[in-house]
Amino acid sequence: MMGEALLSVRDLKTYFYQDEGLVKAVDGVSFDVAPGGTLGVVGESGCGKSVTARSILRIVDRPGRIVAGEIRFRRRPTNGAAAEVVDLAKLEPNGQEMRAIRGAEIALIFQEPMSSFSPVHSVGSQIVEAILLHQPVSRREARDKAIEMLRRVGVSSPEQRVDQLSNQLSGGLRQRAMIAMALSCHPTLLIADEPTTALDVTTQTQILELMRQLQHEDGMAIMLITHDLGVVAEMATDVVVMYLGRVVEQGPVDAIFHEPRHPYTRALLRSIPRIRARARERLTPIAGAVPHPYDRPSGCPFHPRCAEFMAGRCDRQAPTLRPVGDRHAVSCFLYE
Amino acid sequence: MSAAQPPLLRVSGLQKLFPIRKGFLKRTVGYVRAVDGVDFHIDEGETLGLVGESGCGKTTTARCVLRAIEPTRGEIHMRAADGSVVDLGKLRPKELRALRRQMQMIFQDPFTSLNPRMTLLDLVGEPLLVHGMASRREREERVADLLTRVGLRPEYMRRFPHAFSGGERQRIGIARALALHPRLVVADEPVSALDVSVQAQILNLLVDLQADFQLTYLFVAHDLSVVRHISNRVAVMYVGRIVELAETTEIFERPKHPYTAALLSAVPEPDPRVRSRRIVLQGEVANPAAPPSGCYFHPRCPYATAVCRAETPAWQEISRGHFVSCHRAHELHLAGVE
Repeated sequence: MMGEALLSVRDLKTYFYQDEGLVKAVDGVSFDVAPGGTLGVVGESGCGKSVTARSILRIVDRPGRIVAGEIRFRRRPTNGAAAEVVDLAKLEPNGQEMRAIRGAEIALIFQEPMSSFSPVHSVGSQIVEAILLHQPVSRREARDKAIEMLRRVGVSSPEQRVDQLSNQLSGGLRQRAMIAMALSCHPTLLIADEPTTALDVTTQTQILELMRQLQHEDGMAIMLITHDLGVVAEMATDVVVMYLGRVVEQGPVDAIFHEPRHPYTRALLRSIPRIRARARERLTPIAGAVPHPYDRPSGCPFHPRCAEFMAGRCDRQAPTLRPVGDRHAVSCFLYE
Repeated sequence: MSAAQPPLLRVSGLQKLFPIRKGFLKRTVGYVRAVDGVDFHIDEGETLGLVGESGCGKTTTARCVLRAIEPTRGEIHMRAADGSVVDLGKLRPKELRALRRQMQMIFQDPFTSLNPRMTLLDLVGEPLLVHGMASRREREERVADLLTRVGLRPEYMRRFPHAFSGGERQRIGIARALALHPRLVVADEPVSALDVSVQAQILNLLVDLQADFQLTYLFVAHDLSVVRHISNRVAVMYVGRIVELAETTEIFERPKHPYTAALLSAVPEPDPRVRSRRIVLQGEVANPAAPPSGCYFHPRCPYATAVCRAETPAWQEISRGHFVSCHRAHELHLAGVE
């Protein structure tokens, strides 16, 4: 199983060394992304889901850096040669190999399509630039490819849109253009960081539908980062639940939603408002709030909010991920 | 008495147009029809959820109700504490100010809506000061009481908002809104900036406070699941108009407007076994500066006919308390959520 993964993250630690203190944004995270599969990464603010994505792409901003762990990525086979596995954590962030992978084999789409495009260049020229960087084509061909990509993502009259500035496009169109840019080099892994959070719900439906269709056509794997459990249930084949820089539970999507084991996953699923609720049905909240990253709780990071907290155990030692079922693992002393 | 009592708030024909100015002389070349003829009422002690997508005019409606912005046209009748019904739109500034104590607002973003240089005592006590509770001693007692009511420790009153998490800041904003014993509280997306695990706390708090203080809520939100958990009745807005209004269960289970049905089907459910059959709407929300003819929804509506393109549908009561503005409301069988 491990050998087949497209991406294998092992015990990744990305820390931020700040004047106010050390922030362990990602603190020993491990997971796999299967080729062509969709891994949902869920968690609340500060859980490290975005820093994990940025670590994989090696675009963590200073003062953050990867201090330990492996990010094994299976490269696209070239000219019949066997697929080579590289450890992205060992590469130079701005070195040749990382730049050849970033954008071409691993692409990223962000939450905020407004700020991910340059406001002074046309949308098309930015897609063209991405294509020229990674593919041996002329500017003319690149432009045709850009138009073709815009058409594929459902932008109407792409011949005109290609010359527009990003602020002339609506939020939904901008996110489509973002996806067109990300997919223009046919990546094997698409990292989508909250791709629909800034969009309206009917536009979200369109974008999720589009991502599913493109995945079906191109066969790329998607790592979908979101706080929205509904989006994860809709899209993912496997799910990683993160809390304060650690994976608390991971497993197939059905197991996570129907047999959640970790107290955090369970509490989270109980606390969310549901559209099938009775009118004015009372919710079951999780006590407290996500702690500030500077004062991380000792032991299991969830223990101060946990209903099944065991004094002397959970606040002293940190649990590790252990299997509890087929591909299903949980990091909690209740299962040790 | 109660049956004859007029609603706490009745809004009729509310309209807000923002002029589009162009050129050297800033001539008005057109209008953005942000709110384009909205009617609803809210009974005392109830919660009306106002939902819609960005740009549909829900926030503008809420702000017009408080006269935080001036409506272009329309009437906003509020039943004051003494039982008299006044039209907020016609009040002079001084009269309005006296009535403002009875209506307050809770904002979306607890990170920008609180002045970072003011302590909790100043923040929550400010409305008291403005409305004439001059003694510091009295204010401190009242603030301590308010903080307790919203689930914060009174000892925190000397601290500044930066020391608090998003959920706690939203509690501070709620305490501030409640300081003057309002009767109507307009909450504009009060939980959408919060973490999922904290949303539930704030929603429950709002429900508890409503019972404790006999509050009436106008709850503006884009998240239909959140709205279902708090509202007695729900109004759905599209391009400046309310297209459907009914009791919460009724509108979720038996929607009569195709837009409501599409919105409901678009909400992804946190259950992989019900990957739903989505209604994927084509196109984009209409431009409120140049809305389409007839029913504003017709370019995206899967059921549109010739009449929808030509005529504006009437606002009709299709069953008791269930209002809809759709030409085909009687014949369509739309799916809701159970």
